[in-house]
Amino acid sequence: MSAIAPPATAETAPPTPDYSDYQLVPARHPWRWVGTVLVAAGVAAIAWSLVTNPRWEWGVVAEWFTAQSVVNGLIETLKLTAISGVLGFVLGFILALMRLSSSPLLVSVSWTFSWIFRSTPLLVQLLLWYNLGYLYEKISLGIPFTDVRFFEAQTTTLISQFAAAVLGLTLNQAAYSAEIIRGGILSVDQGQLEAASALGIPAWKRSTRIVLPQAMRAILPNAFNEIIGLVKGTSIVYVLAYSELFYTVQVIYNRTQQVLPLLLVATLWYVVITSVLSVFQYYIERHFSKGALRTLPLTPLQKARKFFTTHVAASPTKDAR
Amino acid sequence: MSIIAARKDSSAAAQAAEKTRTAGPAGSAGDPDGTTTAQPASADRPATRGQVDITNVRKSFGATEVLKGVSLSVPPGGVAVIVGPSGSGKSTLLRTINHLEKVDGGYITIDGELVGYEVRGNKLHELREKDILKQRTHIGMVFQSFNLFPHLTALENVIEAPIVAQKRSKAEARKRGLELLDRVGLKDRAGAYPRQLSGGQQQRVAIARALALDPKILLFDEPTSALDPELVNEVLDVIRELAKSGTTLIVVTHEMGFARDVADTVVFMDQGQIVESGTPQEIFANPREERTRSFFSKVIEPAFNI
Ligand SMILES: Nc1ncnc2c1ncn2[C@@H]1O[C@H](COP(=O)(O)OP(=O)(O)O)[C@@H](O)[C@H]1O
Ligand SMILES: [Mg+2]
Repeated sequence: MSAIAPPATAETAPPTPDYSDYQLVPARHPWRWVGTVLVAAGVAAIAWSLVTNPRWEWGVVAEWFTAQSVVNGLIETLKLTAISGVLGFVLGFILALMRLSSSPLLVSVSWTFSWIFRSTPLLVQLLLWYNLGYLYEKISLGIPFTDVRFFEAQTTTLISQFAAAVLGLTLNQAAYSAEIIRGGILSVDQGQLEAASALGIPAWKRSTRIVLPQAMRAILPNAFNEIIGLVKGTSIVYVLAYSELFYTVQVIYNRTQQVLPLLLVATLWYVVITSVLSVFQYYIERHFSKGALRTLPLTPLQKARKFFTTHVAASPTKDAR
Repeated sequence: MSIIAARKDSSAAAQAAEKTRTAGPAGSAGDPDGTTTAQPASADRPATRGQVDITNVRKSFGATEVLKGVSLSVPPGGVAVIVGPSGSGKSTLLRTINHLEKVDGGYITIDGELVGYEVRGNKLHELREKDILKQRTHIGMVFQSFNLFPHLTALENVIEAPIVAQKRSKAEARKRGLELLDRVGLKDRAGAYPRQLSGGQQQRVAIARALALDPKILLFDEPTSALDPELVNEVLDVIRELAKSGTTLIVVTHEMGFARDVADTVVFMDQGQIVESGTPQEIFANPREERTRSFFSKVIEPAFNI
């Protein structure tokens, strides 16, 4: 067949020219270059103005950035975020399970909780908690409708600024995270629960070992959104005169009148915290995407290592010398 | 360079896979120190457990009665294949056997023990969740849509229930899990996640997972309906092997050839009732009921003859 074919085609089709010596030239993208240059120029201009405009007062920023009082404020901010973040998500998880349970009472309690705490401004909640002593003079733990009391204390001694801040942030956070966790749980296929029940796996283990790890993929991006929001959200507790990062810089600039540089100090710290959290987010999300992607993409570190092994190790003469 | 190495690797792995697959059955059959005796290799081992008795089971969803008094007995080691049109209640019946679906009337026993209920006075009280879960560990179930846990590897899927529900040691569960994966021809894919496996492979893992609890009874709900045609046989072959092992099987399927080869009893269901049941010979060759005949005339291609 192939022996017959060449003469037959030689008569009808013109011979194909031989391109084997030609060089391949990739398509050019002039507009991509124009765009790149414009953006680069813009970035450079902003950077230049930041560096050269003396009103940013970078010296003052540097001076206060690691000042003891600022660092103390930073620690308070981290403390508030960590405590109310963790407690908020734990409570949110419980509320989500209540909401998904088949008990009408649990469902309505959970729903009402979210409804109330999502409807009231956080500022009002904080002030309410702090002024709880005005509403209820004493807080006691005992058997309701009897005189049995295990514990009793003055509300004002119990609810410090810190307690009010944690209480307010936690309950508010719980209301939002409950919805996020519920959404994540709902995103898991019903067949998973069925398969787990058919295998005789107990309900609690079904939630924690089968559903939650899969729900995490849907929960994590929103959860980190919330946590990052919470980092800056803690600045609202300045209304309680609680000396976290934001309140601290306010106190300082009220004294020194260097308003912008000190706001910049706080901002830079928030940027640092958010950046660190973003790195955590990347790796945690990656961990929970196990099995969801056919192959996991390389981490930035792995990419860098690969780059070096292929591009640097490719010239072994350096090492040889 | 690295690409070539990778190719070499994968072909080596494939070769190894071939080896384990051909060596597997012989190896496990000749292995004298198998500690778990639950893996009967011979066909003539008399089955002593796994008697299923379904008595007059009724079930409604809202106003529609889906099961209208179904009775069926499967002897220990028996293979019952349930066929019938879509919506006839086959899945619902299967799900009542491990109490995933509560019955509205009638009862089911396995080796004489009531499923999901206990007798108190002259009433049947529903068992507590804990006891129901324990009963379910004797009943393996394989779903049409596999329902493997996507965040766990093949082996982790298989050992999850033995570890969590039966509190076995991890080492023991792993050893047994690998044996089971070997039995379904997937030992070399133990570390793969479900999404890295073909449909047929996923269903074989699901079968290994159901076997891991050493069940008396295995329920299959259309195990090959979600598979591409060329993958159906690899799953049916595994079920054929199980049919010889002395475990009681109840299989819902549309694979009539398989039903004819493997079933002791073929059960034809329509509109929530068992229309007729019998040996494959009786049901396929001489169906007594008009409904059975008209169903088979629709599902069995002309070339199929008994
Ligand atoms: N959870 C449910 N709620 C309401 N109706 C259901 C439910 N499960 C099944 N059904 C109905 O019961 C009938 C039998 O369903 P099924 O047992 O799945 O049939 P088959 O498996 O034979 O196709 C169908 O009409 C189906 O719509
Ligand atoms: Mg069905």
